[in-house]
Amino acid sequence: MWKYILKRILLALFTVFLICVITFALMNAIPGGPFNKEKALSEATIASLNARYNLDKPLYVQFFMYMKNLLHGDFGVSLKNGREIKGIISESFPVSCRLGLSAVIVALILGTIFGSLAALMRNKWPDRLIIFFSTLFTAVPSFVLATLLLLVFSIKLGWIPVWSAENTNYLLPVIALAAYPMAYTTRLAKTSMLDALSQDYIRTAKAKGVSKYKVIFKHALRNSLLPIITYAGPEIAYIITGSMVVETVFTVGGIGSKFVSAISNRDYTMIMATTIFLATLMVFANVICDLLYKVVDPRIKYE
Amino acid sequence: MTTFDVNKTPKKYALSLQMDLSKFEKATDEEKKQQDVMSESTTFFKDGMRKLFKNPLAVASIIVLAFIIATIVVAPHIVPYSYEEILSVEGKRDKGAKNLRPFEYSKAEQAYIEKGNFRFPHIFGTDEQCRDYFIRVIYGTRVSLVVGFFASLIVLLIGIIYGSISGYAGGKVDLIMMRIVDIIYSLPDMLVIILLSVVLSNVLQFKPDSFLAGMGSNMISLFIVFGLLYWVGMARLIRAQILSIKENEYILAARSIGAKPGHIIRKHIIPNCLSVIIISTALQIPSAIFTESYLSFVGLGVQAPMPSLGSLANSARGGLQSYPYKLVFPALMICLIVLSLNLLGDGLRDAFDPKLNK
Amino acid sequence: MKEILLRVDDLHTTFKTDKGEVQAVNGLSFDLHAGEILGIVGESGSGKSVTAYSIMQILADNGSVKSGKVLYKGQNILEYSADEMRKFRGKCCSIIFQDPMTSLNPVFTIGNQLKEAIKLHTDKKGKELHARAIEMLELVGINEPERRLKQYPFELSGGMRQRVMIAMALACEPDVLIADEPTTALDVTIQAQILEEIQKLQKKMGMAVILVTHDLGVIANMCDDIIVMYGGKVCERGTADEIFYNSKHEYTKGLLKSIPNTTNMNQKLEPIAGTPINLLNLPKGCSFCTRCKNAMKICLTEPPEELFINDNHIASCWMNVKEALEEMSENPEVQ
Repeated sequence: MWKYILKRILLALFTVFLICVITFALMNAIPGGPFNKEKALSEATIASLNARYNLDKPLYVQFFMYMKNLLHGDFGVSLKNGREIKGIISESFPVSCRLGLSAVIVALILGTIFGSLAALMRNKWPDRLIIFFSTLFTAVPSFVLATLLLLVFSIKLGWIPVWSAENTNYLLPVIALAAYPMAYTTRLAKTSMLDALSQDYIRTAKAKGVSKYKVIFKHALRNSLLPIITYAGPEIAYIITGSMVVETVFTVGGIGSKFVSAISNRDYTMIMATTIFLATLMVFANVICDLLYKVVDPRIKYE
Repeated sequence: MTTFDVNKTPKKYALSLQMDLSKFEKATDEEKKQQDVMSESTTFFKDGMRKLFKNPLAVASIIVLAFIIATIVVAPHIVPYSYEEILSVEGKRDKGAKNLRPFEYSKAEQAYIEKGNFRFPHIFGTDEQCRDYFIRVIYGTRVSLVVGFFASLIVLLIGIIYGSISGYAGGKVDLIMMRIVDIIYSLPDMLVIILLSVVLSNVLQFKPDSFLAGMGSNMISLFIVFGLLYWVGMARLIRAQILSIKENEYILAARSIGAKPGHIIRKHIIPNCLSVIIISTALQIPSAIFTESYLSFVGLGVQAPMPSLGSLANSARGGLQSYPYKLVFPALMICLIVLSLNLLGDGLRDAFDPKLNK
Repeated sequence: MKEILLRVDDLHTTFKTDKGEVQAVNGLSFDLHAGEILGIVGESGSGKSVTAYSIMQILADNGSVKSGKVLYKGQNILEYSADEMRKFRGKCCSIIFQDPMTSLNPVFTIGNQLKEAIKLHTDKKGKELHARAIEMLELVGINEPERRLKQYPFELSGGMRQRVMIAMALACEPDVLIADEPTTALDVTIQAQILEEIQKLQKKMGMAVILVTHDLGVIANMCDDIIVMYGGKVCERGTADEIFYNSKHEYTKGLLKSIPNTTNMNQKLEPIAGTPINLLNLPKGCSFCTRCKNAMKICLTEPPEELFINDNHIASCWMNVKEALEEMSENPEVQ
């Protein structure tokens, strides 16, 4: 089993490395390089940039230096305002982290509960209601929902204040972020539960005299969780990318919104650093989900 | 020992029935055939279509989609405005036609109408650049649908080819191809799209007024990324189908009676893959539309002035408080299209997925 | 005569499908005595498994018992409350299924599932519970029981899994054990072992057994009495001797002719023509009429009644009436 974990982690590290290579290559594919384009830089600035980023050296050396800096926690300097990117990230990430984690937990737990409920009350009104809403919300992109929520609840009704440093109300952003994954998880959980309930071992449990309650919560539920955990990885990726727009719409100063503004400002160093940071998060989230899956399903352990 | 209780039901002996021999003539084969009511045999396709049309949501989705497609084809011929046209009355730029509400007319237009002329109404109003919003939404829908469709097509083609080769070849070839798929699968797609879009917008220079310039480099990068990254899901599906069919005994049976590989592929493999292909394509299109509108929202979408539903929604954010309808119309359209496609995809899956048949 | 443990009286079970209502069991009646081994034999679709599930009330959601009674020690269990039924299952009557791999929960250990069975109907806890679990595994012939308890179903072979199923079923010493095609999913050599095991346990624990199968060979070896089913109805029932050496239903006769035995060793086997009956649209007359070589006009229109052949034998086939009438017309004095 440890061999598998090691293999998985190595693969993840390789993927991160690949992402660094791709990012670096792409950023340097821009004519004039990431540094010379928009700014009319003075000689001194150019000289210090060169010194810092070794711009006069060949590309692969630059890449090597960049990687070395990364490993030491040096993400470079933002082209827009000259601040250390490391600082920007450590400042904005906690908010995003709180937002993202809340969304993940809400989506997974509520999604599983609603989905299982729908499966158990199949074709009765709770099922129809749940499926109606979850189908609806899988058709609403997060940015649409975010903007609508902002419009209705903050602007028109004024129930929830617009985000600011003093008023950090997470409710609307979490809803906007979690809606789609929750809807998807609900439908997944329903199918998965129905599938588990139709298996032979459920019949055996009933035939042994297990109570209906225990049949569902002991025998069926554990088996129905497997596809949901498999989906958790892509779900986290979705939430990370979704956070970019949600943070922008609600003007939450998280790392996602910083990324979006870096794009529009063509702040290449920021784009590079943030991409690598977020990508690493996604890759390792996937690894954790994979490993978690092994814990729940003993069959895989021994493959 | 007996398995029945003699006292329970008065059972008779043969003779107590008091019947006579005449009733016991042998039955002819035709008479027997009449009794044999076999269940109607249908093909897989017919059975699936029957189930699909019994599904009210799927039928409703088909109707809605047909209606939308009809509208976007017909509307540009009926509505006299173009999506980039800044409104003008009698040749003069109409500055008062800014941000009109649905069906509202600007002062200049009203004067024009009073003179006895007809002015086509602005069904969705106008935007802040004095352009008719309805036609912009229509064009935005066109762009989104076309992008969604072609992106899915790319995914389909590459995925099928890659997956079939990998699945049918097997062995080392399969192993290597699947390793590549694993690595691509773990790359964060959205980030790569964004990166690529940023880069390509600087690198690609198009001839002005060409179709490609109209689309913009961002759309090209979207297609490139779809071609590079998104096909992996389809490839895996196809490969899995081919593997399971290859092992299937009826393939072995077909080969043992001398069927050629081409014949096997045509008659056995393709029909089984077809339902999987159709279903995942139907579900891929909304996903592509989502991606496109997301990118447009972030500012990496189609080049202005060409609208897309995502970019329309994004620009609506500016005047959200005063002109909420500018958000509602494109948002509603996205949701309607995606919802219909999702429901249709679900309906197709319920009707055609052989695994679900109990 | 030994006490009647289980009496099934005119059972009708149907399933709702989107193609219509499937009549799986159509008027089945039989008695099961204590300590008896009853075999129910028939093709796929004959309704034999559905009968078992109807008794245990573990039909799928779209299945239901339309009419009839199932009396256990005089009480109609079809009228039991959910709680009473729960107590009935596993304690009074147990069932083992065809495919032990899918019938055991893959994410729980053998020990977990076996102990669950024991805990449900006894008060055992802790060490006592563990000891009883070990005892049951040894009873069904599983070696290294301590190790097995910690293993998962996928780590055991097919035969062992079936033994575990038997252990679970017998853990609370039920009066009736229903074995639904217990050997169909197993290798031939293991089949013999499992059947032997069931026979051994039956002798040791004295429970009644209903053995459901499509394999005539299995039935011949083990069963005291046999019921032959087709199209959800009983064709014929009697002792093993009667059924095999004196079969009086065209279907049974056809079955026996289609399998190899010592009498037809040098002859061509005769399969029964046609395909199993469509349970959505049962014919008016005998359900076997369309495939029967000797079908008569009356077979197509009138369902045959269950008639005595002798004290140990009942069959529902018009051929017996015809033969009796012919015999009478030849020998008018003999009655």
